[in-house]
Amino acid sequence: MIQIRNIWKSFENKEVLTGLDLDISRGETLVIIGRSGCGKSVLLKLITGLMKPDQGEIWVNGEEITQLKRKALHHIRQKVGMLFQSSALFDSMTVEENVGFMLSQHTKLRKREIEEIVAEKLHLVDLDGTQRLRPAELSGGMRKRVGLARAIAFNPEVILYDEPTTGLDPITGLEINRLIRDLHTKLQVTSVVVTHDMDSAFSVATRMAMIHQGDVIAHGFPDEIRQIDNAVLQQFISGGNIQKIDA
Amino acid sequence: MNDLQPFQRQKLYDNRTIWIRFADGLGSHALNWTYGVGSATMLVWETLLLIFRRPLQFNLLVRQLLLIGVNSVPVVLFTGVFTGVVLATQGYHELKDLSAEGSIGGFVTTSVIKELGPMVTAFVLAGRIGASITAELGTMKVTEQIDALEIMATNPVKYLVVPRFLACAIMLPILTIFATVFGIAGGYFTAVSIFDMNGRFFMKQARNYLFIGSIIISLIKASAFGMAIASIGCYKGFTIPSAGGAEGVGKATTGSAVTSLMTILAMDALLNQLLYTVVGLK
Repeated sequence: MIQIRNIWKSFENKEVLTGLDLDISRGETLVIIGRSGCGKSVLLKLITGLMKPDQGEIWVNGEEITQLKRKALHHIRQKVGMLFQSSALFDSMTVEENVGFMLSQHTKLRKREIEEIVAEKLHLVDLDGTQRLRPAELSGGMRKRVGLARAIAFNPEVILYDEPTTGLDPITGLEINRLIRDLHTKLQVTSVVVTHDMDSAFSVATRMAMIHQGDVIAHGFPDEIRQIDNAVLQQFISGGNIQKIDA
Repeated sequence: MNDLQPFQRQKLYDNRTIWIRFADGLGSHALNWTYGVGSATMLVWETLLLIFRRPLQFNLLVRQLLLIGVNSVPVVLFTGVFTGVVLATQGYHELKDLSAEGSIGGFVTTSVIKELGPMVTAFVLAGRIGASITAELGTMKVTEQIDALEIMATNPVKYLVVPRFLACAIMLPILTIFATVFGIAGGYFTAVSIFDMNGRFFMKQARNYLFIGSIIISLIKASAFGMAIASIGCYKGFTIPSAGGAEGVGKATTGSAVTSLMTILAMDALLNQLLYTVVGLK
């Protein structure tokens, strides 16, 4: 589904990704873990074409996207949904307008039909009846769920989650994890989750990869990840203070 | 230089003479300025290309016309009236010294139509609308809303910049007409009620100095100022660093107003030269 080949990316002389390779298969939920600033979110922005790599190739559905122009990228993006770390809901719109945004922009559906789809998506994230509310009236967890409803409104093939549980209380975090699993089962989508919340990672992952010093240092199924003999990985998973990790 | 260790590079950097530091700073500012002007020009070019591309999204344009135009009417009228009052008061005393106070009607009309109407309206909107556009788009940038637009396959320039650009280009001339009419009215009121001038004589003088060319110049300038205000406001909002936060939005908002005011003055000089000297309008 997504192939990342020899990706390099740096910001003002700081190299963030150094020749990273990663494959994401159709239908899996890949969780990417790593320390803050290791390039996890940058990787999501590269996959969506929001950033261009300094070097390397990214293939999405058999199409190399790093050289695509905006119009061609928009064609690819219609198959991708993304939940942002800050939810990134449009302040000036209601929940209904937020969730139905792509439908109103890219389809000729009537208002009534869009309202029905929005209601269905809001039901999937347990937010029935919130259509008329504005983002400022929502709690952090509700904002994430509206963001999720917006991400799935156009029936994407891939959903990208950028730190889905960051800033949420543990119970709301568990609810978001459950939603990610439910959506994966119900919609049969490919999911990429970026997080440093290990409970969330093991809760939703069908496969995991850890980025450290610009490259993937370990990947495998969650059970395998626990067994891999790598000090940095095991320290990250356990949160222990075994030795100083070089960022 | 590349073979040096970081601490050696830092030492070299610290040991530079004041003149090298000055040249470095100057060069850096010049590069940043050139880059900014180039990027802003590219944004305007992209905006112009996208204006007629479907979907035209009239609903977004109407919303901006209301926000930018209708809501600015009271402040523009207020500024227009008092510009006329001040102009008539100043002009009366200056012209009286030359025994030409009778031409105050023509003086006020010409000044307000050709120069002060579009300038004052543009100044008011640069502060009111330009800064608000920067604050709105800047907040959208730092809260990832502009990235969200891109992810949802929507061009942010088409969705956010085009309606604001068109609304400013359309509303500035309309607001300028309001400011001009109320400016002349303010001048009339001052001349008649304070300096005991004959109202009919004032209006006759005003009509004598009212040329269609002057009105065209005024509207062309107003529209150009509107495009500049919208472009600068959008550009400043779009270029806030994602990690800039509230401080970045605040700085960009102030920068937007200041840049707009300076650009309006420079454009005014350029357009006057072009329209009066080159095209030959009166």
